Amino acid sequence: MTDTKTPPEAGFETRAIHAGAHPDPATGARNTPIYQTTSYVFDDADHAADLFNLQTFGFIYSRLTNPTVAVLEERLANLEGGRAAVCAASGHAAQFLTFFTLLGPGDEFVASRNLYGGSITQFGISFEKLGWKCHFVDPTDPENFAAAITPKTKAIFLEVLANPGGIVVDLEAVAAIAKDAGIPLIVDNTMATPYLCRPFEWGADIIVHSTTKFLGGHGNSLGGAVIESGKFDWAQNDKFPSMTEPEPAYHGLTFYETFGNFGFTMKARAVALRDFGPALSPTNAFNTITGIETLPLRMERHVANAQDVATFLEGHPAVDWVSYAGLTSSPYHNLAKKYLPKGAGSVFTIGLKGGYEAGVKLVEGVEMISHLANIGDTRSLILHPASTTHRQLTEEQRLAAGAGPEVVRLSIGLETANDIKNDLDQGLCNT
Amino acid sequence: MYSDDLLTTILKSVRTIAMVGASPKWVRPSNFAMKYLQGKGYRVIPVNPGQAGSEILGETVYGSLGDIADTFDMVDIFRNSEAAGPIVDEAIELAQVKGISVIWMQLGVINEEACKRAEAAGLMVIMDRCPKIEYARLFSELGWAGINTGIISSKRPKLRA
Ligand SMILES: Cc1ncc(COP(=O)(O)O)c(C=O)c1O
Repeated sequence: MTDTKTPPEAGFETRAIHAGAHPDPATGARNTPIYQTTSYVFDDADHAADLFNLQTFGFIYSRLTNPTVAVLEERLANLEGGRAAVCAASGHAAQFLTFFTLLGPGDEFVASRNLYGGSITQFGISFEKLGWKCHFVDPTDPENFAAAITPKTKAIFLEVLANPGGIVVDLEAVAAIAKDAGIPLIVDNTMATPYLCRPFEWGADIIVHSTTKFLGGHGNSLGGAVIESGKFDWAQNDKFPSMTEPEPAYHGLTFYETFGNFGFTMKARAVALRDFGPALSPTNAFNTITGIETLPLRMERHVANAQDVATFLEGHPAVDWVSYAGLTSSPYHNLAKKYLPKGAGSVFTIGLKGGYEAGVKLVEGVEMISHLANIGDTRSLILHPASTTHRQLTEEQRLAAGAGPEVVRLSIGLETANDIKNDLDQGLCNT
Repeated sequence: MYSDDLLTTILKSVRTIAMVGASPKWVRPSNFAMKYLQGKGYRVIPVNPGQAGSEILGETVYGSLGDIADTFDMVDIFRNSEAAGPIVDEAIELAQVKGISVIWMQLGVINEEACKRAEAAGLMVIMDRCPKIEYARLFSELGWAGINTGIISSKRPKLRA
């Protein structure tokens, strides 16, 4: 039975403000309250049992679920066009929850080598201690992902717009490779946000976010999220026993069969989040929800300012190159037009003619722009990756990640564009 | 696509559900749904030939829809799409005497032919949905688990139907 009364889906701006949030049922409070509580009373012993068994929806303890965090989870699931989300204390924690839910000791995954430096260390060194093996590949040729897949490979991971290099990966091509292999494609969409790119529309199966960046947007709260499309068939092969076989850590519950298209996030929450504990604080969730309400407006200005500043720097005598996919000079410009039609984000790198020395001088010479290790703030930020975020990597890894000695990373904020350009100009004078 | 209005109307009007394929094992999805719906005030009568005469969650199990002593408004089918056909036919036959007005097929259960027969007989049919999930979605519980309900509203939610 079909009927025509289904309203059209609300626009992105509307959803950024409303999705997941409704007036508080008890008080009518219109803004989402900060439910600053660790735990929740049960109606009776039977209700408690139902909650612990996951037979009913509700709240037990804020390591698992919290009403403020839940608003953020639903909003992110909605904005990405996904089925469900689970939040975590940081982007890195979200990545851990994702891989813990997918992998067992001896399993492998393939990742783009152009990732946030911290992710390269997490995957390449810390995950190795858990028996999870990551193969890094050059993402500029999608076939490299296919070539690295072995019978033990359980996932592909990439940043569609990569931090810091200004590289855009051909998402649709890699999604086809993952589909052929019967494994999920996981996309870190931190740099683009769902306003600029919606990876599920190109075939991704899981999206992870560091909400610390543009989603929160004000440099005030760490956070992360895992979102599932709801479309991946976990039972198509025998690669995902944690989804398709009875779970000993949950009284023999089979998550895919029981929860269907939201089984992955249920599993990530009920087992990985429960047992390892990196829960998002309700206050951080509140700050992030508030940030997301203005995401469309902020992203518009972020990309407009970035385009302006990148164009200015490309013509600057002290600058050797600018790697911003929004510039026609970028080899990724066409991919950016396809996957990021509203703009190529606001984080990019520049190469200074004066090398390492010049990089250090520039980050120390700017006045308004903040020298710090973050991206996606209202404030413009600057960093010399070789001496900071990418310091732990080998020289070879640094070059591969687009973080050579002459490279400076910028995260263009929401200040007056001329002020950003003037500050960079005066900083560059001394390099 | 079933509209939210239609699903809400069904979930508000139905009181007694015959659940075909209800399992006595608590970790099975049908048992989850039965327990949840009982908690929301519905009476759920389990139908499962292999368990006829025993009890599931305090209710006597019947071998078929026709064996059920009381009347019921809705049939919830927890069987595969093919098996749903004869169950729907039995429900059409019993509709008058039992007061059945809705046939609901669970997630993944789709039988277009049976749906047409039931609609021709004046029954409402929902396919490929779970009443537990729809109830939770429409009465503001589903978002508690981070699930996208797709609902945009500034009305204060009422937690019970
Ligand atoms: C693209 C990307 N992914 C993941 C992370 C890690 O997120 P968090 O710092 O919230 O753990 C970062 C942080 O810089 C990032 O830029």
